Amino acid sequence: MARMKLPGLVGGLGVTFKNMLKGAVTVQYPHEKEDPPTRARGVIALKEENCTVCMLCARQCPDWCIYIEGHKEKRPPRREGGRERTVSVLDRFDIDYALCMYCGICVEVCPFDALFWSPDFEYSEANIADLLHDKAKLGEWMETVPEPEPLEEGAE
Amino acid sequence: MIPTLAVEVGWGTTLALKTLIVLGLVPFGALVLGYTFLLKMMSHMQSRLGPMDPGGFHGWYQLIGDGLKFIQKEDVMPAKADRRVFALAPAVVVVSTFLVFVVLPAGPELVVSDLDVGVFYALAVSSLSVVGVLMAGWASANKFALLGALRAAAQLIAYELPLLLAVVGVVIQADSMSLQGIVSAQANGEIFGIGLIGNPFILTQFVGFALFLVAAQAELTQAPFDMPVAESELVAGYMVEYTGFRFLFFFIGEFGTAFAFSALAATLFLGGWAVPGLDNEGLSTVIGPAVLFAKLMAVAFLMFWVRFTYPRLREDQLQTLAWKYLIPIGLANILVTGALKVWI
Amino acid sequence: MSARAGDVEIAPEDLRHLADAQLNVELDTGDMVLNLGPQHPATHGTLRLVVRLDGERVIAADPVIGYMHRGYEKLTEFRTYPQVTTLINRIDWLSSFANEVPFIWGAEQLMEIEAPPRAVHIRTILTELSRIATFLLFLGEMGLQVGALTPPFLGFRDREHVLNLIEAATGGRFHPNFNRIGGLKDDLPWGWIGETRDTMRIVFDACNTLEDLLMGNEIFELRTRSIGIIPGELGAGYGVSGSNLRASGVDWDLRRDGTPYLAYPELDFKVWTHSDGDSYARYWVRLQETRESARMVIQLLDQLPSGPIMAKVPRIIKVPEGEVWTETENPLGQMGYYIFSKGATGPFRTKIRSASFSNVSILPWLLRGVYVPDVITILASLYFILGDIDR
Repeated sequence: MARMKLPGLVGGLGVTFKNMLKGAVTVQYPHEKEDPPTRARGVIALKEENCTVCMLCARQCPDWCIYIEGHKEKRPPRREGGRERTVSVLDRFDIDYALCMYCGICVEVCPFDALFWSPDFEYSEANIADLLHDKAKLGEWMETVPEPEPLEEGAE
Repeated sequence: MIPTLAVEVGWGTTLALKTLIVLGLVPFGALVLGYTFLLKMMSHMQSRLGPMDPGGFHGWYQLIGDGLKFIQKEDVMPAKADRRVFALAPAVVVVSTFLVFVVLPAGPELVVSDLDVGVFYALAVSSLSVVGVLMAGWASANKFALLGALRAAAQLIAYELPLLLAVVGVVIQADSMSLQGIVSAQANGEIFGIGLIGNPFILTQFVGFALFLVAAQAELTQAPFDMPVAESELVAGYMVEYTGFRFLFFFIGEFGTAFAFSALAATLFLGGWAVPGLDNEGLSTVIGPAVLFAKLMAVAFLMFWVRFTYPRLREDQLQTLAWKYLIPIGLANILVTGALKVWI
Repeated sequence: MSARAGDVEIAPEDLRHLADAQLNVELDTGDMVLNLGPQHPATHGTLRLVVRLDGERVIAADPVIGYMHRGYEKLTEFRTYPQVTTLINRIDWLSSFANEVPFIWGAEQLMEIEAPPRAVHIRTILTELSRIATFLLFLGEMGLQVGALTPPFLGFRDREHVLNLIEAATGGRFHPNFNRIGGLKDDLPWGWIGETRDTMRIVFDACNTLEDLLMGNEIFELRTRSIGIIPGELGAGYGVSGSNLRASGVDWDLRRDGTPYLAYPELDFKVWTHSDGDSYARYWVRLQETRESARMVIQLLDQLPSGPIMAKVPRIIKVPEGEVWTETENPLGQMGYYIFSKGATGPFRTKIRSASFSNVSILPWLLRGVYVPDVITILASLYFILGDIDR
């Protein structure tokens, strides 16, 4: 190689020595933390008021890790003399994060924008059964959902 | 004959004291070398930090914690292992390390026993570890261990010779095999009539120094000569079945021997505990150990720097290097040294 | 003078020949069967290599695979196309974006949809980025297998930058799951192009550092030159592909020579070959290809067209009936998918041709007569991923 002027053995020593002086790249977690990018798939958050119990996310999940139960209720009509409406009410929305592949299909297919990605990743549990999170916990994660960032030039 | 201690003690107490010091020095040396070079220097060469949490300040407590952890582990022995040999092997390796420290001087009188054949004794006794390695590999009843032990035995025996030949040049120049004699020859000698820095033998015996370093690297089974413990192939070679306290022994043996060889190289080639021009024996006794420590850390730095940079040589390439290259170079070095000694 | 051997008188002239015969008798040691793996630091996963040794020489080697078989082809029979895309990320998990590309391309061929040019370009950029990521790991990790402790850390350190790029664009460092039939899921975030240009500079520096540290090293050359030579024709006969074949002098790269796919027809790039065919050559070729990929990424960034990121596709995607075979130049070699569709939302049957499966098939031939340390070097230089072998 034209760039190596010294014999390779000596050059190698130079590389490690220079590296030693350059300093470490370690981020000392948990004392220091790095922020993941905005789009990082950390955890899925649920916006309960948007969910209409259409079951699309549960059906499209490759692992079938979303458990949804709901029931229909009757609501009073919007106008006088109209029909009674039926709405679906969400009883149970559990995501089993022990099974979740973090693929994002559920977030993508939801037609009502009830599921969001959040870059929060610090939710490990000591017991694997505790990784089944219910809709209350999923709703809490909505606060960590970042704003969608602007796109690059040339995008439409 | 300067009294090192303030009180007069009989030879029994002196012996007990010296034994205790040596027993404490080897793990201490292993700890210091292990922490500084294996944990910290290697990490920085690899762009990472090494242990930072244990003990608060840059993880100084890491190895001590590791030692305590190893001590409280379960004693596991493979079912088919040869029990007595399995248990004795680490002891043999470590004992040979302790025995080297008997002749290493740290001050004008700070030596356990200044044998007249100090260098000869040190090298002879350090080669006992080969037996321990073979015992470990055979008794483990494991093919990987056996492969590692056989490789190690061949390698350690092959590199005994360059080690010895490198030292013979020093002995010729110093007119003495005793380590204290070699230290004083370097401290009181002169180069080209200038006595400022004495005559550290590294200047005239640079070939011997290089040979000694290479052979010491091989004796310690460190890269580029770490085929016996090739991590990615044999998974610790002859040590693979050892856990807990026994593995700690091997670890102490390895780094203790590194400490011993660095101290030996510092004594033989860099002038040992002596600061040339400093004649005050009382002062030398106090700063001698510190001077020796600084010099041996420099040598150890070189050894570990090479360890973390180079890939490993294959076993047959290793043997070729020893037999076909290093031994002739060592012999030539002795010839030239002897000739120059007679004529100059 | 004569001698006696038992009852037989031996003449003096015969004695000399007998003495010679004694010297020529070799020590007859028995063979030892050694099991490398399935748990072993050198086998990149759960590959089991049963070798028969004579001392330190290998007489016969037999790879036993299947310890990581996850049943991918069966899994794809019961899943829709987006779900399959998620799964096939995990075949070759180090260059996961490259695994999605042939599958999606095949589905798009069956649907007769073309992804818009911007999506095609970004797909190419991400494929080359995943190639850089996996090769940086290889360059470091081969040093580890040969015994140097420092290169893997340097490789991982510089690979982090590439993974951060992939994460910024797709959301996942290792498993992007970014391809969709008709284009890509999202467009690039603001500032990504500038970051990528900076990262490519880091990649060039990393290649130079690893070259100085390892390739110039005489010990590394001693360990890898003339080790594991694959003759070009034999390699092609066994199905070896990718950098392994190019290191044996065969000038074959599907990006240039196969059916044109992604944005490669518009790119100006060099295909690196080496004539030796040994482990050193394989390392050298991959090092040059890393640099070439970085140059390609910079070219693509310069040429990036603006436009939509997704073609017009129906909401529920049903791929029409048909069969299609696609093959691409993945970092590990040639990867191919044979998709048989019966008009449903998922494939009826997928056959996955993975590169490492064929690369490993040459091991019994290649490992005859080498030393045990050379086995490790050869395994490292062939660079297979267990997920790719076993699927």
